[in-house]
Amino acid sequence: MIAGGQSLIPLMKMRLARPTALIDINFIPGLSEIKNHNGEVRFGALARHSDIETSEHVAAIPILHDCAGGIADVQVRNLGTIGGSLAEADPSGDWATTLLTLETSLVCAGSQGERSVPLDEFFKDAYTTVLGREELVREVIVKKPAKNSGGAYLAFKRSACVYATGSAAVQLTLDAKDTCKDARIVLGCVGLTAIRAKEAEAELRGKIIDERTLARAAEAARVAAEPQSDMRGSAEYKRTLVAALVKRAIGIAVRRARGEHVEAGHEYVGR
Amino acid sequence: MSDVEKINVRIRVNGEAREALVEPRTLLVDFLRESLNLTGTHIGCDTTYCGACTVLLNGRTVKSCTLFAPMADGAEITTVEGLSTDGALHPVQNAFAECHGLQCGYCTPGLLLSTIYLLKKNPKPSDKEIRKAIAGNTCRCTGYQNILKAIRMAAGEMGKR
Repeated sequence: MIAGGQSLIPLMKMRLARPTALIDINFIPGLSEIKNHNGEVRFGALARHSDIETSEHVAAIPILHDCAGGIADVQVRNLGTIGGSLAEADPSGDWATTLLTLETSLVCAGSQGERSVPLDEFFKDAYTTVLGREELVREVIVKKPAKNSGGAYLAFKRSACVYATGSAAVQLTLDAKDTCKDARIVLGCVGLTAIRAKEAEAELRGKIIDERTLARAAEAARVAAEPQSDMRGSAEYKRTLVAALVKRAIGIAVRRARGEHVEAGHEYVGR
Repeated sequence: MSDVEKINVRIRVNGEAREALVEPRTLLVDFLRESLNLTGTHIGCDTTYCGACTVLLNGRTVKSCTLFAPMADGAEITTVEGLSTDGALHPVQNAFAECHGLQCGYCTPGLLLSTIYLLKKNPKPSDKEIRKAIAGNTCRCTGYQNILKAIRMAAGEMGKR
């Protein structure tokens, strides 16, 4: 099955994927729609990153804009799709990390009919999901966060066109007294799948977010990461990187929860 | 692969209807260069990095090395060959020439199309917006400064019209 092809075609060129046949799903009508309905934003599997970046329905959920607006480069965002990205399950992919901080579910369709899969049950391993051989992701459903909720996705990469070295997504909710009611923190590129840093979340829950809580959450994220040393950096470097990203993402999430407009997203040299 | 059934691909390139029978695995850039003899679109890295192969597909920039030609069936394509009119350079081409926005010229076709796409969406881009818009186009000669100058000049010239 080929959607945007922005990962699959390079994988085929490197002979890391050798499909004997490909089914192009781009000609199926209605699969790229973005809809806003009943407190949910629903993305057709073929919604392109660039469509998501500019969608009016996404403007109210800044963390989605952070993610969509910085994946690879303009040309790749014009073809790459949210459904393809999730189904490929690259450990360095951006969408899984971002969407795991929100209430996200996938509508998977196959010869046996349709089923709904919560995103946190979708990934089994690197490049491996619960999708059956004859199944595809048809729709991505994201529940809109509460009004006093804010989120941010930060990804650090060496240049636009490459996968990030490390990334962090944070979505948190404040109460009227600025106490953190709830938080989700997810780390990307530092494990076989995106990692939910539950100990880091626990450091924020029920507390006023100050320098001390920030430092404790960042340290918990550093410990939760399971990075491998590779050409993008040593394991230790990546731990330090995601801890710093978590700290900054929490800060931006808090400001956004208070209604402030803050720019965030992918960062690379030259931006 | 010779026993694979070929697919007829029909596209409109630079306003002209073209078609050719190709193997399904043919990349759009090879279709343009080999089947249609439009060699202005370059193959740089062939790994979705450099952007030398950038073309407009239904008005949006894509890397033509990362799209199978049959996926573009029925599409409207613009390549660098379609930019000038009656021998007169497009204002973006003119600005690149004026500002020395190129040296060897290999990345230029892609950068021209990325610039045209940017200015269509955003006629008065800031420097930050220009940098983000061409982040998918690699140039190994200029150091980019003259490309930025060229894009600023093109934005100014096209704003006057």
